[in-house]
Amino acid sequence: MIQAVVGKGRYGRFGGQYVPETLMGALSELEEAHGEAMEDAAFIEELNGYLKDFVGRENPLYYAERLTKAAGGAKIYLKREDLNHTGAHKINNALGQALLAKRMGKQKIVAETGAGQHGVATATACALLGLECVVFMGKEDIRRQELNVFRMELLGTRVESVDKGAGTLKDAVNEALRYWVAHVEDTHYILGSALGPHPFPQIVRDFQQVIGQETKRQILDKEGRLPDAVVACIGGGSNAIGMFHPFIEEADVALYGVEAAGGGISTGQHAAAIAEAKEGVLHGAYMYVLQDDDGFIQEAHSISAGLDYPAVGPEHCHLHDIGRVHYTSATDAEALEGVQLLAQKEGIIPALESAHAIHFAFGLAKEMHPEEILVVCLSGRGDKDVQTVRDALGGGVQ
Amino acid sequence: MNEFTLTAAIRKRNEKNQPAFIPYMMAGDGGLDILHERISFLAGTGADAIEIGIPFSDPVADGEVIQEAGCRALKIGVTLRKVMSELQSQPHEVPLVVMTYLNPVLAYGISEFAEACEQAGVKGLIIPDLPHEERGLLSDVLIGKDIALVPLISLISSTERIEKIAQAAEGFIYAVTVNGITGVRNGFDSNLMNHLEDLKQVSNVPVLAGFGIATPEHVREFSQITDGVIVGSAIVSAFHEGNLAMIQTLIEAGRTTVRQ
Repeated sequence: MIQAVVGKGRYGRFGGQYVPETLMGALSELEEAHGEAMEDAAFIEELNGYLKDFVGRENPLYYAERLTKAAGGAKIYLKREDLNHTGAHKINNALGQALLAKRMGKQKIVAETGAGQHGVATATACALLGLECVVFMGKEDIRRQELNVFRMELLGTRVESVDKGAGTLKDAVNEALRYWVAHVEDTHYILGSALGPHPFPQIVRDFQQVIGQETKRQILDKEGRLPDAVVACIGGGSNAIGMFHPFIEEADVALYGVEAAGGGISTGQHAAAIAEAKEGVLHGAYMYVLQDDDGFIQEAHSISAGLDYPAVGPEHCHLHDIGRVHYTSATDAEALEGVQLLAQKEGIIPALESAHAIHFAFGLAKEMHPEEILVVCLSGRGDKDVQTVRDALGGGVQ
Repeated sequence: MNEFTLTAAIRKRNEKNQPAFIPYMMAGDGGLDILHERISFLAGTGADAIEIGIPFSDPVADGEVIQEAGCRALKIGVTLRKVMSELQSQPHEVPLVVMTYLNPVLAYGISEFAEACEQAGVKGLIIPDLPHEERGLLSDVLIGKDIALVPLISLISSTERIEKIAQAAEGFIYAVTVNGITGVRNGFDSNLMNHLEDLKQVSNVPVLAGFGIATPEHVREFSQITDGVIVGSAIVSAFHEGNLAMIQTLIEAGRTTVRQ
């Protein structure tokens, strides 16, 4: 364990900039450009314009009445990120960063993707803004998410297959980083989650916190007060940090992050880095990282490709340490229950990622009082997962 | 403190008007039991120091050749701990420089690792994912030890950064000669030679060029301007293919270069 470090981009002792020297210049250029952009009213106006007219924000905060009745406890609201263009919260960040790249005069984009959601969002933003885009994707993920590969290609993006390692998200990030090191002068790396070296975790948070800001406004409108609890799923943690951030200072709002427990924490086949509680450096930041005793990074396991990453963003690690956010987990089986529950009670098929949050929230609501309010971030829609869910359920609904 | 052994070894070579030559090898590629044999072989060819690479699961600064060598080593269970313990078992006269990513060091324990390095006679460390701003993490535990924390400087590091890094540099400066990862390639940037000359101006320690240096011509070319070269992928391939004569050829290319 390292001690608290004073340095750039630190969240307690987490975060930092553990990257090859070749990237340090680009990171400081990015930090400066991001800082200026966030202060520039014209940039914010342009971003908000696209969020409204292209993404379809603001999206609803929906009162899930039948789900609430089924739980018999707190009132459950769903923040409908699944209704965004491209079907998930990923577009908020992809669009923001693509605009930032354009502002920096970088016409080329590299990105990584696991399930393909961030890849599709990035390909979409690049098509919208006329940027050239290459996306690295693990060979195994390409096999699992064939249609998303075609979607990206349809949007004019080049998809590069990564066959190193297990051919999943971690390996795709490695390859995207290598590509960025070699093309850093004219290329911006659109990192998809609240991970990586400073300033990425901050940039992703800034572009995702629209989720929490809208939620706050909407719940005040509907209920005249803040919620008692807010729940979001955590892979790298981008939807969660976007949802949580505007509530961090609100001490009466309990925050819950739900990691992917895969086959169960005790099986070792999971993606719950906070539950595992081993610290280390991966992809440029000091975080909780799944690793063996020799410091080799381990593969994560989850039915949901979007949570299949062996670490959790540095700010979440810190929020865990200071006890501001409660981190818990849901297994593959529980996520599958969550999918069916929401589909059948509300007519909404959630992404497998979001289903982790749904499952935990449903249990939490049961233990809360009917006058209490709970908000779940429904980070994405489940169309992409229908095949996976069908296979996992053995072809039939349980 | 006196000059680092690593720096002295490079200077000693330079005093003969010859460029220093530092080959890189992947520890455990071909088996950990031949580690000492390979170190002795490289020392015997006249290497001024030897860079010992540690395999890692996620080597983001490395190209194909070194990644594959690392995979071969990982497959037979080679770890930083095993390499350190093997190095401790037999001393070498030639200065050894351990190149490892940061996370295995954190898992080892930073202080424990520094102790192990000292006991193994390691004279330098290269951590590619520990940039200048974060170097305090390791430099703090190296105080008073004859172990140089060697910095990398890239082609596109700003003048301001270069000066900052050069000021704190220990051992030598590892001048990365390409924008990219380790590995054999054909062309170098046209401004590279100017960049290296500028670097030499601001550095108090020797400047060695590395990344992409793979042929006798490259060795000769860079030896004119820098204080020496580091050859990685080409050595790793030569070992893997059993082409030991190639290693000799590369070293001799440097030795026969007349430096101005």
